[in-house]
Amino acid sequence: MNLLEVKNLSVDFKNGAHVTHAVKNVSFTIEKGEILAIVGESGSGKSVTALSVLQLLPYPIAQHPSGSIKFNGEELMNAPDAVLRGIRGNKIAMIFQEPMTSLNPLHTIEKQIAEVLFIHKRMAPENARARVIELLNLVGLEKLTTRLKAFPHELSGGQRQRVMIAMALANEPDLLIADEPTTAVDVTVQAQLLKLLKDLQKKTGMAVMLITHDLSIVRKMADRVAVMYHGELVEYEKTEKLFTAPAHTYTKILLAAQPSGTPQPFDTKTPAIFHADNLKVYFPIKAGVFRRTVDYVRAVDGIDINIRPGQTVGVVGESGSGKTTLGLALLRLIQSTGGIRFNGQPIDGMAANDIRPLRKEMQIVFQDPYGSLSPRLSIAQIIEEGLLVHFPALTVAERDKRVVDVLKEVGLDPETRNRYPHEFSGGQRQRVAIARAMVLKPKFVILDEPTSALDMSVQAQIIDLLRNLQQKHNLAYMFISHDLRVIKAISHEVIVMKNGKVVESGPTQQIFSQPQQDYTKTLIAAALNIEVVNG
Amino acid sequence: MVKLSSITQRRLLQFKRNRRGYYSSWIFAVLFLFCCFAELIANDKPLIVDYNHSLYFPIVKSYSETAFGGEFETQADYRDPVVAKLINDKGWMLWPPIRYSYQTINYSLSQPAPSPPTLENLLGTDDQGRDVLARLIYGFRISILFGLVLTILGSLVGVTVGAAGGYFGGLFDLLSQRFMEIWSGMPVLFLLIIMSSIITPGFFTLLGLMLLFSWMSLVDVVRAEFLRARNLDYIRAAKALGVSTPVIMFRHALPNAMVSTISLMPFVLAGSVTTLTGLDFLGFGLPPGSPSLGELLSQGKNNLQAPWLGITAFLSLAVILSLLTFIGESVRDAFDPRKIFKG
Repeated sequence: MNLLEVKNLSVDFKNGAHVTHAVKNVSFTIEKGEILAIVGESGSGKSVTALSVLQLLPYPIAQHPSGSIKFNGEELMNAPDAVLRGIRGNKIAMIFQEPMTSLNPLHTIEKQIAEVLFIHKRMAPENARARVIELLNLVGLEKLTTRLKAFPHELSGGQRQRVMIAMALANEPDLLIADEPTTAVDVTVQAQLLKLLKDLQKKTGMAVMLITHDLSIVRKMADRVAVMYHGELVEYEKTEKLFTAPAHTYTKILLAAQPSGTPQPFDTKTPAIFHADNLKVYFPIKAGVFRRTVDYVRAVDGIDINIRPGQTVGVVGESGSGKTTLGLALLRLIQSTGGIRFNGQPIDGMAANDIRPLRKEMQIVFQDPYGSLSPRLSIAQIIEEGLLVHFPALTVAERDKRVVDVLKEVGLDPETRNRYPHEFSGGQRQRVAIARAMVLKPKFVILDEPTSALDMSVQAQIIDLLRNLQQKHNLAYMFISHDLRVIKAISHEVIVMKNGKVVESGPTQQIFSQPQQDYTKTLIAAALNIEVVNG
Repeated sequence: MVKLSSITQRRLLQFKRNRRGYYSSWIFAVLFLFCCFAELIANDKPLIVDYNHSLYFPIVKSYSETAFGGEFETQADYRDPVVAKLINDKGWMLWPPIRYSYQTINYSLSQPAPSPPTLENLLGTDDQGRDVLARLIYGFRISILFGLVLTILGSLVGVTVGAAGGYFGGLFDLLSQRFMEIWSGMPVLFLLIIMSSIITPGFFTLLGLMLLFSWMSLVDVVRAEFLRARNLDYIRAAKALGVSTPVIMFRHALPNAMVSTISLMPFVLAGSVTTLTGLDFLGFGLPPGSPSLGELLSQGKNNLQAPWLGITAFLSLAVILSLLTFIGESVRDAFDPRKIFKG
């Protein structure tokens, strides 16, 4: 018998007179002990589908025009609250994407995990404590069994996500809904968490509904896959069959959308355009009554970099490794020590006003296309801002022409230049951010995770665009990313960073095929194969 | 016409959806506009005089009595029956609806001032025989104007200090915050009372004095917004483009802070009106004789046997402050992003 049976599920969102059809006639089933992956890009309705199983949508703004959700033969759609409460966290548990916000910051981990036990099992406090310790051991948090009074902020992102899993497993649910459980954590942690989930699923025999946008996770984890596109379920198939013989066009596009290709060759003889020597960024830690500096956070600790025109240097590292700080320091956007030379000219220690004319030749593109464009300026205003600073002599018409040219170059319709950023999709916004940098005709561009916030298919397009621009203008790139697949597709050289220091560096081919350091090996295994390397 | 961005349109829609706030703002706008033309509504001079087939405009220009065939070289008193008769014999006068200015004394009262409401003086007269309705109209205008100017100037100073503190941080921020903590601990009312006994208070000296203390209300929110904004990616991107600091602050960071500033402004305005009324009530506000709500209140207190004074002052203050608070509430809700998505 099917554990969960969803039939013709539809979800509408009403905002005044405006109705959004978020999910349209979706049907699927989950059997006992099965892992079903729901895959789709952002806005495809996958999370909404998951939330409607537990009836957790913001009713009455959300409505179900049709459908039935049967769990163990019991109808959940529009079920009374008492019935749903008996199922939520008990028979069906859920873990969320963001470990930073899904735990209550004011409660100890013991209290958070035990809460479910008190509610559903009415367990006595002593028994609950024993069960909490058991659960922590189960999810691999042995270290925490002696620190039950720890608060969420004392834990790392991976540990928090494990606490979430422990909470979800507390009542031995029959079905676990995992909504992008690893999107917010580093690749090595992601590999560990997924391995844990798989192990737990085998051990307890529960079914898992895994929601993700990452196909490599699906391949690794799922028994069956449901592909969603614009609220519709377009393909529903066994994992192996879907990957070997995708039937629907969208699935094919999704499968082909992995960043691929290799960087274009460049002239290795030209002298480096950008050069940094023993670069250090220290943030002081102050303590005591007189706020004396007792120690430093060594965000960037002695990095050397050489970048030639036409070359891409990839900087890889997990969060907190100092890669973004390195980018900001290179452009002199934060204080640093050590030599920086641009075009042979030392720019470290240069006054802000002297460096301004050089800024048009070195640009930066940020990670979050939603945060890096001012929401109150139109696209044209955003792009022409740099022109106003560096080419004040341009007439209005000339400026407009340059804006139009650069928009065409990054593949956007110039007619849209008077619109505001929120009218554009994530990928289009990132093109605008690239256009803002490119309109000044820079020689060196720092790309700080330019593809991390984008859907997989859009990522590949942006990588292609960046490669084309590089070849056309002989640009030097420094590409910062945690995503090794993207780095592999665009970088000539890779620098692996950890805790502000270089772990390993060298040509991309060499790093990926013969990594020397254990950390690099772990990182590559986790990122490319989602495997945990014990090293 | 400037095309509104869709977020502004949505806010406007949200503002309109709050009926109470929307109608309050219309009523307030109409009242204020009405009172801006107080001279045309309540005045002791006619709007237009036709005398001997030529037109005179006493409101804008002063004419001597001799111009209308009178005997004195002084400015014509059009309310004087003799002068009125001289003019009406050879032409006509167009009077404003209320034939009293804020300082016109009605000498033909049938009973001692303060006299109760009659058809001639709709809200009665005060203890000096002046028409209460005329004084109310002028007083409303001066209260709101004073409040508006104080709010705008105070906001300018407050936004500047908050912006600089939040954006630059460091020593300037530290010092300005400590200074504000000390400065806001001052007993404002007593200081104003002491100051006004040294300097003769006029509209502008009083404005300056009150500005010294009222600029602080917006500093905290603006500072917080700038503190947040300086680490946003688009501010960083602007820095990387080489945009100068003042332009970044004005063009990129300020619009963020404007949302909280604008939502607070109606409340600041209501506060300014209250403070001015309070000072006038105590007799330390605007110079004696000027029309003001506070002065009317204190007359009401001194003449409890004439309830029309107290009731008028109370009701008009209650209406102004309620309107401003309703407007403030709905502006605040309109800018609240969480409310925007509610059905």
